[in-house]
Amino acid sequence: MADVTDSYRPDRMAGFSRTQWAQVLVGVAVVLTVLQYTGLLPAAFHRLPEELVPNFAGWLDAIFNFVKDDLGLLALTRLLTEGLQWLLDVTANLLFGKRRWPNIGPIPWTAVAAVAGVVGYYLGGWRMALLGAGTFIWTALIGQWTIAMETMSVLVVAAPLAFFIGLGFGILAWRKPWVNRAIKPVLSVLQTLPFFTYLLPAVIFFKVGPTAGAVATTIYAIPPMILMTTLGLQKVSPEVVEAGNMSGCTRWQLLRHVYLPSARTEILVGVNQVIMLCLAMVVLTAFIGMPGLGAKLLAMMGSFKLGRSFEIGITIVLLAVMLDRMSKAWVVKQPEHFEKGTPWWKKHFMLLLGVGLFLFFVLLSQFVPEAQALGRRQNFSQGKELDNLIKGFLNIDVVKATTGFLRAFVNVQILIPFRNFMLSIPTPAFILLVIAFALWLGGKKQAVYAGVFFSLVALSGWWDRSVITLYSVISAVVIAMMIGLPLGIVAARTEKWSKRILLVCDTAQTFPSFVYLIPAIMLFGITDIAVIFSILIFAMVPLTRYTIEGLRTVPVEMTEAADMAGATRMQKLWKVQLPLALPTMAVGFNQAIMFAFFMVIIAAFIGTQDLGQELQRTLAGTDMGKNFVLGICVALMALTFDLTILKWASDQKKKLGLGD
Amino acid sequence: MTANTVISCKNVWKIFGNNPEAYLSKMPDGHSFDDIRKDGYIAGVKDVSIEVSRGEMLVIMGLSGSGKSTLVRCFSRLHDITGGTIEVEGQDIMSLSEKELIDLRRNKMGMVFQSFGLLPHRTVLDNVAFPLEMRGQDKHERRARALEVVKLVGLEGREDYFPRELSGGQQQRVGIARSLAIEPDIWFLDEPFSALDPLIRREMQDEFLRLQELLGKTIVFITHDFDEALRLADRIAIMKDGAVEQCDTPDQIVLNPATEYVRKFTEEIDKARVVHAGVLAKADLKATGDPVDAKASVQDLARLLVQDKRKTIPVARDGAVIGGMDRAEALEILLEAG
Ligand SMILES: Nc1ncnc2c1ncn2[C@@H]1O[C@H](COP(=O)(O)OP(=O)(O)OP(=O)(O)O)[C@@H](O)[C@H]1O
Ligand SMILES: [Mg+2]
Repeated sequence: MADVTDSYRPDRMAGFSRTQWAQVLVGVAVVLTVLQYTGLLPAAFHRLPEELVPNFAGWLDAIFNFVKDDLGLLALTRLLTEGLQWLLDVTANLLFGKRRWPNIGPIPWTAVAAVAGVVGYYLGGWRMALLGAGTFIWTALIGQWTIAMETMSVLVVAAPLAFFIGLGFGILAWRKPWVNRAIKPVLSVLQTLPFFTYLLPAVIFFKVGPTAGAVATTIYAIPPMILMTTLGLQKVSPEVVEAGNMSGCTRWQLLRHVYLPSARTEILVGVNQVIMLCLAMVVLTAFIGMPGLGAKLLAMMGSFKLGRSFEIGITIVLLAVMLDRMSKAWVVKQPEHFEKGTPWWKKHFMLLLGVGLFLFFVLLSQFVPEAQALGRRQNFSQGKELDNLIKGFLNIDVVKATTGFLRAFVNVQILIPFRNFMLSIPTPAFILLVIAFALWLGGKKQAVYAGVFFSLVALSGWWDRSVITLYSVISAVVIAMMIGLPLGIVAARTEKWSKRILLVCDTAQTFPSFVYLIPAIMLFGITDIAVIFSILIFAMVPLTRYTIEGLRTVPVEMTEAADMAGATRMQKLWKVQLPLALPTMAVGFNQAIMFAFFMVIIAAFIGTQDLGQELQRTLAGTDMGKNFVLGICVALMALTFDLTILKWASDQKKKLGLGD
Repeated sequence: MTANTVISCKNVWKIFGNNPEAYLSKMPDGHSFDDIRKDGYIAGVKDVSIEVSRGEMLVIMGLSGSGKSTLVRCFSRLHDITGGTIEVEGQDIMSLSEKELIDLRRNKMGMVFQSFGLLPHRTVLDNVAFPLEMRGQDKHERRARALEVVKLVGLEGREDYFPRELSGGQQQRVGIARSLAIEPDIWFLDEPFSALDPLIRREMQDEFLRLQELLGKTIVFITHDFDEALRLADRIAIMKDGAVEQCDTPDQIVLNPATEYVRKFTEEIDKARVVHAGVLAKADLKATGDPVDAKASVQDLARLLVQDKRKTIPVARDGAVIGGMDRAEALEILLEAG
C-alpha cells in the first residue's frame, strides 16, 4: 500500500521515497540505542557533554542587560508603567475600592449584577440575562466578590489594550505586505511560547503586581486579534470598497467608514478571543504574585483546601462562560431598525434601563449595606463542608481502589518505564527519530526544521528536562486519544449526541486552563499522574471535537455509496468515514498537542521535573536568560509538531480534494 | 478631440496577472485574447479607443465576461490601466494625484454597481447620504437630500432598513439613489436596472432620460437588454473579449454591422424599430409632399410606407427637410422583420 502511494510522490530523494529515508533514519537510531544499552556507545554520544553546551542563557542575559540598561528600555517601560498604573488604579478603585483616585468606588455588587443582566438581555434574551446577573450574584454570595473584582480590574484594562494594539497591527499588516511577512513567524512563535516566558520579562520591565500582570496578559492576547483583523479586512467585498472610492473617500474615511465596519464580524470574533485569552492569562498571573481569583486558587490548592478550590473554580468557569457567550452573541447580533415614529425613549430603552437600574442600586446601597457588599458572615461559602464531602467521596472503597490502582499500576508499570526508556535514548538517536517522523509525515522542509529545532534544544543543555516534558505530553495525548476518539466516533453517529458533546467541548474550551488542575488534584493528589490527568482532560477536548466535526462533514454521497455497496457499519467507518475525516482529525490532534504543551507547564505547579518547573523557578529570581532559553525549548518542540502535522493535514486534504 | 469630448480613451489596455506592464511591453503585436490567456494573463480591456461627448448616453453591450465592467472601471480609475491613455475633461486621469482624484469623484463622477456595493452596516438613508457625508456636507442638508432621492426611487418608508432587510431590487434602487444624490456630471451605470421589475425599470429609465435631457449629463450605461439599450442609447458599443467590435448609433449597427460577430449579435433585433427615417434620408434624393419626422422609426411609419405611393418621401428634422427616403428601401427593412 505504502509503495503504491509513494510511487507517485514527486519528492523522491536520490531514488528513495520519503518513507524509505525515514526508515533508514529510524534504523540508525535503533542501532545507536542498542549500542547504548550494550554499553558500547561513548558517553559523549549519549548526552552532549556539559562543557560543549553554549552559554545561551549568559548571552541572552548580556543582550537583555544591554537593551534594558544601556539602551534605556527599562526607563521607557517604567515610564509607561506610570500610565498603566494610573489606569489600573482607577479600575481598582471602581471595582473593589482601592484607595486611589477617583475614590468613589467600590461599585455595589448589586449594581454590577443588574447591569450585567441588562447587557445579557440586550445581547441574547432572558437566558443570557440570567447568566450575566447570575454569575455576579453567585460571586457575591459565595464571598469571592473582592478577589473576582481584583481579577476583573486587570481584565478590563488589558482586554481593550490588547484589542487596540491588535487592531492597529492587524491594519498595518494588511496594508503593508512586508509587515505581514515580518509578523507571521513572530506570531506563530508567540502562540507556542509558554506563558511563563511572558511573565518574567513583564515582571522585570514593569515591576511585580498588577502592572506586570496587565502587560503579560495584554501581550498574550494580541496575536489572535492581529490575525482576525487582517483576515476580516482582506475579506471585505471589493465592490463595497469601490463604492467607497467612488463616493470620494479619503484613505482614512475608507478605513473608518467602509473597511472596519464591513469587517465587523471578524473583528468581533477577535474581540471574543482577546477576552478569553485575557481571562486565561490573568488567572495565571497568580504565578507572579498578582492577587485575584488565580492567586486565591493557587493558595487553596497549595494547602489542599479542595472545597474552596472547587468554589473558586466554579466562579472562574462562570465568568469564562458568561464572557464567552456574551461576546459571541455580540458577534451575531445585527443592528435592527425601528419603525418610523418610535419615540426616543423606546429606541434607547435598554440603555435607559441599564443606567436606571445602576443608579437605583447605587442609591439603595447607601441605605442597605447588604446591597453594597456582603460581609464574611453573610456569604454562603461551603468550603469546609465541600472539603469533607470530597474527602468522603475519595475515601469510598471503590473510588479509592480505582485511583489507587491507577496510581500504582499505570504509573509504576507503564508511565515510569516509558519515561525511563525515553531518557535512555541517546540524544542523536532521539533527534534522528524526530526527523524521521517529520520527514515521513510532513516532508523535506519539515524534517529540516525538526532537525534544527531539536538540535537547538540539545544545545540548550536542558535535554533531560525537555525529554520529560515531551514524555508528559506524549503520554497524556495518547491516553486522551484512547478515550477521546471512541467518544467522538460514537457521538458522531447521531445528530443529537454530536450536538451535545460539541456543546460540552465548546464550553470546556472556554475554561481557563488553570481550573483543569482542580479535578486532577482532587482525584490524584500531588503526583505525576495528576499532571498527566490534567493534561489529558485538557487535550481531550479538541480531539473529541474535531473527530466529531471530521466525521460529520464527510459528504453524504460517499456514505450513501458505501451503503449501496453493502458495507457494514464497521466497514463504512474504517473504509470511508475515518479516512475522509482524518485530515480534520489531525488538526484536532495538533491542537491537542499544543494544549498539552501549554498545560504541562502549568502543571509544573503540582511539582514535576520538567521544563515547567525550572521555568517556574526562574520567576522567583531575575534569571531572564535562563527563562528565555527554557521557554524557547518548549516553543521549538511544539513548533516542530505544529509544522509537521498541519502540513500533513493540508496535504491529505488536497489529495482527497476536500479543499480548505 | 473636440471641446465637447468628456471622456477620451486611446489604445487602452487592462491586463490582469503578474506584472502586466512588463508583459504588455514585451507582447508582440497582434496577440489575440486567447494567446494572452495562454501566457497566463487575462485581457480585461484590449486596445480600446473610444470617445464620449457631453450629454451623450453611451451604452456598452456584450456577453458576460467581455470586459464591460472592466472598461468602465478604467474610466473611473478604479482600475489602473496597463497601457494607453484616458482623459476625462481633458485631464489624463492616470496622472492625477490622490487628492485630485478624490475631488474628481466627489464632484464629477457617480457610479452604480452591478452588485450594488451597499455598506452592510448603514441604513438605507445613511447609505444614500454616504457620498454627501464624505464631501463633508452638513447633516440636515444631506438628510433632506437623501430623503428626496429615496422617495424618487420609491423606497419611501424604508429609510431605516438595513440592506440585508431588502429584496435584490430594493437594494439596487438604494444603489441608484446613492448615485442620484450627488447628481454627478459623468455617470457610470453598470447594469443598474438588472434586478428591477419591468414597471419600475421603465420609470427609472425615464428618470435617467429626463435628467440627461434636462441637465445634460454624460452617461455610460452597461446593459444586457437590447430594448433598454435602444430606448436609451445615443450610441452603442459592442464588446467581445475585451475589445470594442463596433461603436456606432443603433441604426448603423443594425444596418452596417462592422464584423460578423456584431451581425450575429444583433440578428435577433427587430430592425424596423431601430432604424429611423433620418438615417435613411439621402440629401441628394428630391421628394415632394408632406415630410416625415427624422426621429420616427420605420415601424412608426409602417402604415404610411405601405399606403403612400410616392417613390421617395421627404424627411424633415426640426421642420427643415434634410433629404429624401427611398420607400422601397424602408419597406424592405419593415418586411425583413417578419
Ligand atoms: N480583478 C480582476 N482580476 C482578474 N481578472 C479579472 C478581474 N476583474 C475582471 N477580470 C476578468 O476580466 C474579464 C472581464 O470581466 P468583466 O467583469 O469586465 O466582465 P463583464 O463584461 O462586466 O461581464 P458581466 O456581464 O458578467 O458583468 C473576465 O474574464 C474576468 O474574469
Ligand atoms: Mg460586469
